[in-house]
Amino acid sequence: MTHQSTFLTQPKSLLTPWGWSVFAILAVLVCIGIPLLNIVVSADSFFHVSDFAIALVGKIMCYAICALAMDLIWGFSGILSLGHGLFFALGGYAMGMYLMRQIGRDGNYKSDLPDFMVFLDWKSLPWHWALSDSFIATVLIILIVPALIAWVFGYFAFRSRIKGVYFSIITQAMTYACMLLFFRNETGFGGNNGFTDFKRILGHPIATQEMRIILFVLSAVFLMGFYLLAKWIMSSKMGRVLMAIRDAESRVMFSGYSPLPYKLSIWTLSAVMCAVAGALYVPQVGIINPSEMSPAQSIEIAIWAAVGGRGTLIGPIVGAFLVNLAKSWLTVTAPSIWLYFLGALFILVTLFLPLGVVGFIQKMFKKEGASS
Amino acid sequence: MKRFFTPVFLALSLLLPLVGHALTPQEAYALSSGETDDRLKVLAQITEHVDPKAIELIKALSDDSVKISDHQVFIIQGDKAIDPVTGDALEMPANAEDVVSNNRMRGEFDAALASLSLFSPDQAVRLKAIKSMLKEPDADKLSMLDKALKVEQVEALRLQLQFAKAAIEINSTDDSLRLASAKILAGSKTPDTQRILNDRFGQESNAEIKAQIKKSLQEIQSALAWGEKLGILFTGLSLGSILLLVALGLAITYGLMGVINMAHGELMMVGAYATYVVQVFFRAHYPQWFDAYLFVAIPVSFLTSALVGAIIERLVLKYLYGRPLETLLATWGISLMLMQLVRSLFGAQNVGVENPVWMSGGIEVLSNLILPWNRMLIIVFAGLVLLGMSLLIGRTRLGLFVRGVTQNRPMAACMGVNTARIDTYAFALGSGIAGLAGCALSQIGNVGPDLGQSYIVDSFMVVVLGGVGQLLGSVYAAIGLGVINKLLEGVAGAVLAKIAVLVFIIFFIQKRPQGLFAMKGRSAET
Repeated sequence: MTHQSTFLTQPKSLLTPWGWSVFAILAVLVCIGIPLLNIVVSADSFFHVSDFAIALVGKIMCYAICALAMDLIWGFSGILSLGHGLFFALGGYAMGMYLMRQIGRDGNYKSDLPDFMVFLDWKSLPWHWALSDSFIATVLIILIVPALIAWVFGYFAFRSRIKGVYFSIITQAMTYACMLLFFRNETGFGGNNGFTDFKRILGHPIATQEMRIILFVLSAVFLMGFYLLAKWIMSSKMGRVLMAIRDAESRVMFSGYSPLPYKLSIWTLSAVMCAVAGALYVPQVGIINPSEMSPAQSIEIAIWAAVGGRGTLIGPIVGAFLVNLAKSWLTVTAPSIWLYFLGALFILVTLFLPLGVVGFIQKMFKKEGASS
Repeated sequence: MKRFFTPVFLALSLLLPLVGHALTPQEAYALSSGETDDRLKVLAQITEHVDPKAIELIKALSDDSVKISDHQVFIIQGDKAIDPVTGDALEMPANAEDVVSNNRMRGEFDAALASLSLFSPDQAVRLKAIKSMLKEPDADKLSMLDKALKVEQVEALRLQLQFAKAAIEINSTDDSLRLASAKILAGSKTPDTQRILNDRFGQESNAEIKAQIKKSLQEIQSALAWGEKLGILFTGLSLGSILLLVALGLAITYGLMGVINMAHGELMMVGAYATYVVQVFFRAHYPQWFDAYLFVAIPVSFLTSALVGAIIERLVLKYLYGRPLETLLATWGISLMLMQLVRSLFGAQNVGVENPVWMSGGIEVLSNLILPWNRMLIIVFAGLVLLGMSLLIGRTRLGLFVRGVTQNRPMAACMGVNTARIDTYAFALGSGIAGLAGCALSQIGNVGPDLGQSYIVDSFMVVVLGGVGQLLGSVYAAIGLGVINKLLEGVAGAVLAKIAVLVFIIFFIQKRPQGLFAMKGRSAET
């Protein structure tokens, strides 16, 4: 890079000392405190964290990673993707394939092949299942395949400067087309039903309390890691260029920057984050099917980021928790209300809370600081 | 089938030389009672001749409206009992019993009625009877066909009768008959004869006949290939016309106003449900006018959707102009609420919308190409809506204002245009057209809360491909996408076709980022 950004003052540390201590406390609390409250504290105690809560929060942390990924491209780079559910599902499917292979001969048909293949009367594994019995290969697939797809798609889209709603609509069509593809039995992804009935992971049974805790902690670690990564990127020169692209792409180009590599890298990174979230999500909920790719799922990710506050990094995480806690509560107590609620949320947030909850609170604090 | 018999056979009895034998009371009694085998023998004997009285009786028997007492048969019509032989009303004795026919009898009754309709004075009925015989050749019907050939006057029907006869004789034991039949069948270019010939080809041992069958099959195949090609073109056009209807509304809301209306599909759904409500209303209150309900449903669906659109614009979108991504999210929220609203009002199940009688059926252009009326009318309807819209946008004062506001909002406001009101009108217009699209869709598919979802991705593709701010672009894009989609479906299957179209659009936008018809001048780069 020939551009010396001498006039930009780079912060020495990602977070302030105050911020680091809050982060450390949160990390200890989530990674050690909550698991202890679940395992050690007896079930009738007030402080006991139920298995249900662990599963729910673990799941929502995966969603929060998606919301964070969405924020990186939407909040900071001005690219609204309506197809991020695709990358989430791809990561989930890659993990699901591994988990299907781990079932071994314990399936209903006692065959080496996954049950749905026996049901379709297939005699051998299709080519894309070749590496699925190795955990290391699966991890690489989770990282590489979505990255590759995102890179190719992004390259063609950004190169011809497809942006704004055009880009959103095309990403939506992309995930829709893939959903149709995965619904087919011939593509070898279990069709309608997808993958389910997982038995073990890395040789250990999957439906145990220990495994649940391990996956919970892993999700938390990844969420916090991605948060720090996002923070680092956004406070670096790249982040500043991205925000400049968001605010005035033409001016960035006139200043001698090509937006393509910046957009492409953040887009690919965002896709990989979603894929990791998907891979963590599937062993926790125990099922993956093509409905994860439906346009509705992808657009929901956008509302998590919008509710929490896009353009802030903590916002999308807060948003994911708020919306999904409301969802798990409403879909049980009043299922017909949920869609009204979600719809109203979309409308009210865009009309009255363009900065999201976190942005709103920040603004309030700033105003108070200014007046006093 | 049932209605024509009574008047028809009275006339027929004068026309046909075969009608010499009339139904006797003995035959009527024997047909209505006794062992199945005996009854079938009588049936065969009766159907040797075409007798309207016999047909009446057979029909009544197959409808289970015949009673019998000792030596007297009664046909029950409403609360009257009729003598099948004389047609006089009779007093029914108390000991009369129902005549019960087993399934075998019923099958034979239906077959007898079908072969007797070969002699109906109504050409369409005769044609239908011949066609059904061609479909399922039955050696027992040969004598009936021969009789029909003797009296048939219409040349086209004689040809069809010969085909039907050949379809039976292709399996005869006589080599020369088989050879002749194979030659004749080459002239009947239908999938049915193709199947019959194919079946025979597998069993045939005589080399000469085999060669003739092969030749006939080739002739049929090349003729059928045309029908298939035209059929694909037609379904493509039909899909294109539907996409056009959907995209025309979007062309206003998105193309002219810059609003990404994700609720467009749900506005279509509102239109379709409005059609359903009108239909239910007509059935309940004006059943005699039922076939005309569509003429009421069209304006009602337009107005309902336009009203919903106007409310959405006033309450939500007004505050979001110039922020397309926000309109996208807000209208998505609206679409979720509309879907849930419809689910609460009408239930989550699909509702049935019935075609008016004049819209069902179709014209048979080729043996394997039937153009359904409802699809053809929708193509015409889409053309009319397009015409109306281009007149409205191009020739009226409202259209002038809409174009003015689109091109330069502050300047239009300076010239005294009430831009807020124009926005509402324009959005209501776009929504109303969505309602019309919904009304059209209700005539060819299911009406349910998810109706809009399945078209929304495709229709946005049309708008993106066609270019923003252009009606003409939408037309070409809609029809092009419809035809390409169906062509590819024939080759690669529905899903791969969709994906191929998507990839095509992505590459197309590489070349022409502004769509097929780019806006020129200053407004192009916004």
